Amino acid sequence: MEDISFRHPARARASGTKRSAIVGVVASGNLEVLVERVLPDAECAVDIKTAAIGFGEVWSAVIGDFVERYSPGGLRFSINDGGARPDTVSLRLAQAVRLI
Amino acid sequence: MTAPLKDITPAERARSTSFYEASARTRLELLLDAGSFVELIGPEQREVSPHLKIFDLPEQFDDGIVVGHGRLSGSPVFVAAQEGRFMGGAFGEVHGAKLTGLLRAACQIGSIPVLILFDTGGVRLQEANAGELAIAEIMRAVMEARTAGVKVIGLIGGRSGCYGGGGLIAGCCSALAVSEQGRIAVSGPEVIETNRGVEEFDSRDRALVWRTMGGKHRRLLGVADVFADDNVQDFREAALELLGLAGPFGLDRLKAEQERLAGRLSRFGACADAVDVWTAEGVADAQAVPELPADQFVALANQIGRTSRDAR
Repeated sequence: MEDISFRHPARARASGTKRSAIVGVVASGNLEVLVERVLPDAECAVDIKTAAIGFGEVWSAVIGDFVERYSPGGLRFSINDGGARPDTVSLRLAQAVRLI
Repeated sequence: MTAPLKDITPAERARSTSFYEASARTRLELLLDAGSFVELIGPEQREVSPHLKIFDLPEQFDDGIVVGHGRLSGSPVFVAAQEGRFMGGAFGEVHGAKLTGLLRAACQIGSIPVLILFDTGGVRLQEANAGELAIAEIMRAVMEARTAGVKVIGLIGGRSGCYGGGGLIAGCCSALAVSEQGRIAVSGPEVIETNRGVEEFDSRDRALVWRTMGGKHRRLLGVADVFADDNVQDFREAALELLGLAGPFGLDRLKAEQERLAGRLSRFGACADAVDVWTAEGVADAQAVPELPADQFVALANQIGRTSRDAR
């Protein structure tokens, strides 16, 4: 297992009112994303535990793109990854933002 | 464009959602009255398995089981739903403890029934003894809850079926509903083949697996009381029906169940295949049973009867 963490400044606070939400399942090629509204409005954090080791740069690109597109200010994302592809990760992150 | 979601009633959505394909969370959301589900020990509490990291395996925040309470047609119920896609829905230490705790709470309250949405291959072998102990604790908790007057209903229709210790727990429940896809057994196809040889059971013969362990056979044998079509609304209606059917529990009931099982063994013990059992049950065209659509099968099963509702 490999732990990877990202901290990004966010342009704006994420919309919605829920305190937390969860999407996805930890299975082969899949992942779960737990999102919690626990940070200051201008911050965003993503903590990843992944079974696939050595993909830090890919994660960095996917998370960077996600923060740029969705501006998820105030949200902390905790990810348990079962070796999902980058497009699946992007989809789950987007679903998590919509759910919360 | 498809119609916007808000135009669909919850019942319509539940009717059009496959129980087999849905996640544990979606099953609960659509099974219970809309918006009534309250989760206990949710994922944000991060009660993950203490064992998986030893094996360098990924954890899941809810350890593969969602527990809580909600309402079913206005009445309160406790619910537990296993996520069959996380490690085959297998029972680990935390996973099992969540279900044990729910059953013990139900036992203390005494009047609120428990619905268990099984979707499991059995014990999570990475957690070996802790998983086996969890099964034993849950079985005890089910029997104690039933003794205290709690109805414990099992709903089985997930991709991992209900195997191993899950099959044992299901056998302790007040009543079961099953869909065709929801297999019920203790030893699974691969386990039997590994231990007894392919001549005993060919796990790759899917037709054999379905007619030996699948929901239709389990309904005709009286293992399950109600046969549900593979959608969440049908399971909701099955749960309501079973809550109405399940009677009080005590020594008399256990004796009746023992008698029913002994009778079953003497009637079907010599049968080599499920088709022989169905023929002995009086099904005119037993070969056709696997192909029957759900509504025709339900009609057939009700004709055959045999579900001893005075047992269990």
